[in-house]
Amino acid sequence: MTQLALVIDLNVCVGCHACVTSCKEWNTQGEAGPLSDQNPYGRDPSGTFFNRVQTFEVGEFPHTQTVHFPKSCLHCEDPPCVPVCPTGASHKRAEDGIVLVDYDKCIGCKYCAWACPYGARELDEAQKVMKKCTLCVDRIYDASLAERDRKPACVLACPTSARLFGDIHDPQSQVSIAIREQGGYALMPEWGTHPANHYLPRRRTEAKLREEDLQRFDNPLKVDGLLPKPATGEPALDDVTSW
Amino acid sequence: MRPAWSVVLLTTLLGAGQGLFLALFGADLYDAARGRASLAPLFVAAAVAGSLALAGAGLAASFFHLGRPERAWRSAAMWRTSWLSREVIALPLFMALVAVYGALHWLGLLQAALVAGALAACACLALFVCTGMIYACLKFLQEWHSPLTVLNFMLLGSASGLTAATALAGWFDRTLEPGYRNAALIALALAAISRAATLVRNARLRPRSNLQTAIGVKHPQIAQQAQGAMGGSFNTREFFHGATLARLSLVKWFFAGAAFAAPAALLALGLPSAALAVQFAGLLAERWSFFAEARHPQNLYYQAIS
Repeated sequence: MTQLALVIDLNVCVGCHACVTSCKEWNTQGEAGPLSDQNPYGRDPSGTFFNRVQTFEVGEFPHTQTVHFPKSCLHCEDPPCVPVCPTGASHKRAEDGIVLVDYDKCIGCKYCAWACPYGARELDEAQKVMKKCTLCVDRIYDASLAERDRKPACVLACPTSARLFGDIHDPQSQVSIAIREQGGYALMPEWGTHPANHYLPRRRTEAKLREEDLQRFDNPLKVDGLLPKPATGEPALDDVTSW
Repeated sequence: MRPAWSVVLLTTLLGAGQGLFLALFGADLYDAARGRASLAPLFVAAAVAGSLALAGAGLAASFFHLGRPERAWRSAAMWRTSWLSREVIALPLFMALVAVYGALHWLGLLQAALVAGALAACACLALFVCTGMIYACLKFLQEWHSPLTVLNFMLLGSASGLTAATALAGWFDRTLEPGYRNAALIALALAAISRAATLVRNARLRPRSNLQTAIGVKHPQIAQQAQGAMGGSFNTREFFHGATLARLSLVKWFFAGAAFAAPAALLALGLPSAALAVQFAGLLAERWSFFAEARHPQNLYYQAIS
């Protein structure tokens, strides 16, 4: 069985919000649209988005790291939002595992939003129905697009390739390998929702220098000199703290 | 959570309507068990009408919660999985059975009325369970995920219904008034114990989710710098009540007085109508507090705007 999902590399995300704007652009005019905005140029702007990038500061100044955290529907394998829906508008597709809302059946009771621990669902204030990430379901199967374009808009827009898209149930897919080999994890595992989307953790990005990278021990042509290594008796710069 | 007034009204009005019917049917059953038919027809009619009016008002209030109320008929579809869907079925069923019970009673068909009343009582209990389970089944809303939620809905609904029955008995059938008053006082005491147990339980809860599990970073010190939007979103509007801790505490003390202590005193003093009015105001505050005290884990993602 297929379970399509995104894998988001927090080590690579630079927080540029290109995924947010491309998501909004595609989905406001696609089958999911329009994603309405309220008062977009006024004092208190608001609107419907499938995807948002949040920023967190980890650690205490000055030893901090900035983590940019893209957040959208995680297409849980056991989605708590689906069984609570009284109309069947919220459903999980058997063929590819995408969790979708049928906007023609939704009554806007917001129960599914209450039942989602991640806050992935937003009520469209104009249409008064619940909306959420569709994994660009109207794009990834579109045979009129070139093969390389049949991916979610956010994945195509990401300038640092922080977003991977694929089938996490296929052990040889790019996303499965990334999860397996780069420590991919799920959000809030304590609730047993088994999110399909995974995140790759921040990693240390320090230079790894070994001594033989700095100094040629083999030195076959005897050209390279060795690094100067003063003897302990030689005078130091200040002539006081000599070792 | 932000308490929605439509749902606050739905659950309180519905509970009172259900409690009023259970009070009426209880008296009817007791009457029949002793081989008598002594209930004043006017009292039965008033109680049935009152129960239907309360449940109907709750049903009407629920429509204001929906974004697309014209599609409300669809909500009976998923009764296999959704407690909300089950409530949508149980509520009209309860009202229909109460109407049948009232009609049979009015026509003097007391045996048939007892059968219809028993079915209505079953629907009534099922409706209490459905209403409570809508909230109790959400496991990550830890404040609600407890059998006490269902018990509170039952006991608070029964207490307010019994107070209403005491008031109606005062007008239409004085012989029933002392019995109803005692039953209302007992129900109030039980409801107070159950609600206090919930408050104690919720005060001792430790949230299972935190910012570390929410974004998957294990460092103990994480501070949000941006939430992805400057002007708020559905997530900031729907899940934050915006009240201060002092206001929350004030509401708790208010409902402790208005939903429990004051009605009990007024009932004991023989003023059931005043007790009902005060109790309903208290129950509105109690239900507001019930929604406000639930801390949704999604709020972890919305701690700071920028």
